[in-house]
Parts: sequence; structure tokens; C-alpha cells
Amino acid sequence: MKLHNIAINNLRRRKAKVCFLVMGLLVGVASVVALLSITRSLAEDMVHKMDEFGANILIIPKSEGLSLNYGGIDLGGLSFDQKEISQEDLAKIKTIDNAANIRLVSPKVLDVFEMNGQKALAVGVDFPSELALKKWWVINGTTPKSDSELILGREAAVKLGANVGSRLDIKGSEFWVSGVLDTTGSQDDSLVFMTLPVSQKIFKKEGKVSMVEIAALCKNCPISDIVNQISGIIPTGKVTAVQQVVAGRMDALNHFQKFSLGISGLVLLVGAMVVFVTMMGSVNERTREIGTFSAIGFRSSHIMKIILLEAFVVSFSAGLLGYLLGIGVTYGTLRALSDHAPNLTIDYTMAVGSVFLAVFVGLLASFYPARSAAAMDPSEALRTL
Amino acid sequence: MNYIETINVRKEFGKNDSKILAVDSIDLSIEQGEFISIMGESGSGKSTLLSMLGGLLSPTSGFIKIEGIDIYSLKRNKLADFRREFMGFIFQSFQLVPYLNVIENVQLPLAITHHSEKEKRRLAGSALERIGLKDKAFRLPNQISGGEQERVAIARAVVNEPPILFADEPTGNLDSRNSAEVMKLLMKLNSEGQTIVMVTHSRTNAEYAHRIVEVADGHLKTVEAPIKLAV
Repeated sequence: MKLHNIAINNLRRRKAKVCFLVMGLLVGVASVVALLSITRSLAEDMVHKMDEFGANILIIPKSEGLSLNYGGIDLGGLSFDQKEISQEDLAKIKTIDNAANIRLVSPKVLDVFEMNGQKALAVGVDFPSELALKKWWVINGTTPKSDSELILGREAAVKLGANVGSRLDIKGSEFWVSGVLDTTGSQDDSLVFMTLPVSQKIFKKEGKVSMVEIAALCKNCPISDIVNQISGIIPTGKVTAVQQVVAGRMDALNHFQKFSLGISGLVLLVGAMVVFVTMMGSVNERTREIGTFSAIGFRSSHIMKIILLEAFVVSFSAGLLGYLLGIGVTYGTLRALSDHAPNLTIDYTMAVGSVFLAVFVGLLASFYPARSAAAMDPSEALRTL
Repeated sequence: MNYIETINVRKEFGKNDSKILAVDSIDLSIEQGEFISIMGESGSGKSTLLSMLGGLLSPTSGFIKIEGIDIYSLKRNKLADFRREFMGFIFQSFQLVPYLNVIENVQLPLAITHHSEKEKRRLAGSALERIGLKDKAFRLPNQISGGEQERVAIARAVVNEPPILFADEPTGNLDSRNSAEVMKLLMKLNSEGQTIVMVTHSRTNAEYAHRIVEVADGHLKTVEAPIKLAV
């Protein structure tokens, strides 16, 4: 017979009360686990989708600029000492410290050409990268399968009077239109997209690129570090982060986290109050029993140990069951929210954290009832003497 | 030297106008090995006196000494240790822990001692044997009769062999046959050397003691010589 036998036997006898106590804390823990897991999962999903949405780092050639205005009248500006970006340097991007965060590198060559008296802007791109970067493109026709095929933006097609299958003569080279983009509402509508090697060849920019768009996976990514690292390896390029996108992503994430933390705290508080009220009720119910313990020589610390031991067992069980229930709820919710079934994996850190949290809240909420029990006057507690 | 001694003990409950004097200026001496009955009407202060003797209720003034130690000068934990080592309690309503079986109830005072589990079981088994309930060791309190519950309470009180036994109306909830059995058990324990202080309403039971002390209105009124001393 040891103190833990008393605690365990009491819990065994009061099954209904123990169930209620476990449920009170279990619901709290399950809610916290579910909220955090769902938020984390949705946030990851959102970040992934946002990362897919487009580039968030831009590399353009370095140049010195001079803006011209007089008396408040803007007279335009001019650029001089324009540097060029070497295509060879782009390979180095994959060697930076945060290379794992780089999802896509999409180099581009830009130049103007004239056809049938109409000027248009041609963009040489790496089509696989460009298509991965611009998920929203809807192509009428097919993607180019050879260097002699190109895609037209909707406005460019109208301007050049071309359609799918049309033959175009650009800078002495013959091309066929394999596809025309649906209106995007962006500058892409007025562009002519061709493969990067061809554009470099016809515009005499072999080995050079006009600009590079980079998509970095950005959940907690140090975007400024990535910018600095790329700047270091491409000295002729001016690397800038598209701050709005990054800031927006981080802001959305922060909102998600704040919301889930707030709700979790509230649910846990309710759980703690359930434990407190139930434990306090239990202590009051067991006044005579506690008086007996005290009369036969149990110290205050012994009585506290019994109560806290009971709280520990209950909280530990609630933590474990709450984690499993939380994972189940997460699975069900994510399944309902998305088309595909989510992967059900056991996050050991969260499991340990749930149990630790439940035990911490359970013990904290039971501390005052345990102290009250320990401080009971044995003669008053017994009433009979 | 007196084994248990109360010196001018006084106990008041409440404050100001609602103050009640439960025990007033009681001087009492009890020898080692003595069996003493405290009698009195309801509200006479006998149970308050027993609580104070048992280290459960501190007096408003005066001293209570056991083996020369002023027990209320001890800190709360030390007093608990003192109770565990020197005193056993038998309560009117048994006060058995309902979710522990008979042998676990008897082992309760040993739960916080340094005895091995084997030794605890041996001591509890021996105590149950003395009260003739070894065959019901694994029953819960609600599975045995009132008389048996009282005997289990006695076994719990003596399992760690304390030198003093305090009993508050130990036969209050029992019929005459069970009462007689419990009293005989107490007499037997006393004959083995235990000092017993018992509070009772029953004149018949009181007469089992060496000495009867009568309390009325918080005062010690009479001290009677032993009348019956047979087991």
C-alpha cells in the first residue's frame, strides 16, 4: 500500500466522475490539437498555393538611372551603364545556402520586333518553368513543342492578326503559332512567347538574359537572406524581393496563428475550469476521508500528493486521448475541406506537447483544490470527533 | 510522570457574541496503560476534549502533554508524525475508505511509512487476525457488517502499534452483541499495554474502563473509580 494505490483506487471507484474529468480536458486538448493541426495544414496549403501563384524574387540587370524633370514636369528618364545578366551565372542560384527554398528559376529575354508594320514585344522563356510559374494561363491550342513554335498573348494575336496555326516571320525566322492565351488581364496579353534559345539567337543575345523571375517557397523563409545570397553570386543583376507578396503571405500566416492560438487558449481555459470545479467538488465530497488521512498521521504533503497524483493520471489520459481525437478531427475536417484525403501522420512533438499541456493544465487547475484538502483541519474534516 | 496530561485546557469556538465555551479549565492526568472512559451528555464537551487529546484540535489556552511533550508546540507536520507514531483513532462512523478493501484500509497508516510492502502486508494480516477478520481481507467496506467495519477500524488503529488509542463512541452504531465484542477487543488491547481513551454515552461500556471521567458543560465533574475490570 502506497500513496499511488490510494489515488488509483479512488479513480477506479469514481469512474463516472473520472470520465467527466477526462472529457473536460480531452475536449480542450483535442480542440487545441485539431485547431493547430488544421491551421498549420491550411497555412501550409495556402503558402504552397501562393508560392505557386507566381514569382516573388526578380533579377534585372543593374544600371545607373537618371530621372529627368523640370518644374514638376516629368520628362522621362534615361538609363546608362546597363549591365547584362549572364545565363551561366543562373546555375549558381542552385548553390546558395537557401537553395532548398528555390522552387523555380525562370530566365527571360525581352526584345522588340516589327512585323507587318506592327511593333510587338517578344519574350524568350523556358516554357516548362514559365508554365509552372503561371498556373493561371489558359492556352487555346498547345504548348510549343519545338523552337519554331510560339504562343501569343490575346492582344498580340489580335494586333498581329494571327491565330493558332498561323505562320509568323520574325527577324527573318519562321514561326508557327501553337497556342493563344486567354485574356489574363496582365502584360502577358500583349506579348509573344518563344523559346529562350531562339530568342537569344534572333535578338543576338546568346548567353545573356534580360531578367529572371524566381519563385521561392516561403513558409518562414528568410526572403531577405535569399535576396542577399543571390545578389552575391550575380554581381551584374539587381535582385529585389516582391515585398508585397511576401508581406501578404506572412501577414496571412500570422493571422491564422493568432486566431488558432486565441481559440486554443479559450478552450483550454474552459477545460481548466472544468478540472478545477470537478476537483474542488471531489475534495469537498471527500472531506471526511481527508480528515481520516490527516488523523492517522498523513502530512499535508501526503494529501496533496494523492490529489495531484489523481489529477496527473486523469490529465495524462486526457492528453493522450485528446491528441488522438484531435488528429481524428483534423483528418475528418481536412478530408471535408479538400478533394484528396490528407496524410494521417503522428506528430510526436505535438503528441508529447499535448500530453505535457494537459498534465500542466490539469495539475495547475488541481493545485488549489489539493492545497485546500491539505490545509483541512482534521477535526473539522471528520466532524465526528 | 503522567503519560497524558492536560493543564488548564480551555477551548472556545466562534468569536465575540457568538463565542461558545466548549471546554473550560480541564486538568486531567492519564497513566500509561490506563483505560479511561469520558462520559457526558451531548454538547458537554467530551468529544472536543478527545479531539484536543488526540492532537486534532488545538486548545484556546492551556497545554496538553504526552510523554512530556507539549504536542501543540509541534509544527503541523511534526504533529502529524506524532499522531502517526503515538496514536490510533477509532471513529464512531468507522471512517473506512470506501474504495479500499479491508486489508488496504488496515494498511492505510503504513502507506507513508518506510516498511517494505511485504512487511506492510504482514502487519495488516496480523492486525486482521487479532480481530478475527482475516477471511474478509479483500472485501470492500460495504460488503461487511457494521460490527465488522468497526473491527476493521480497530485493526487500522492498532496496525502500527501506537501506544495510545483514542476511541470516539466506538459502539455508537452497533447493536448490543457487537458492542460487547468491540469492548472486549478494546479490553484485550489494553491488557496488551495500550493506553485507551474512550468517549461514550453508554454507562455499560464506560464501566469496562479503569476510570470514568464525566464532563458536563465543558467542566470535569467527577472521576469515578473502576467498577468492572474483566475481559
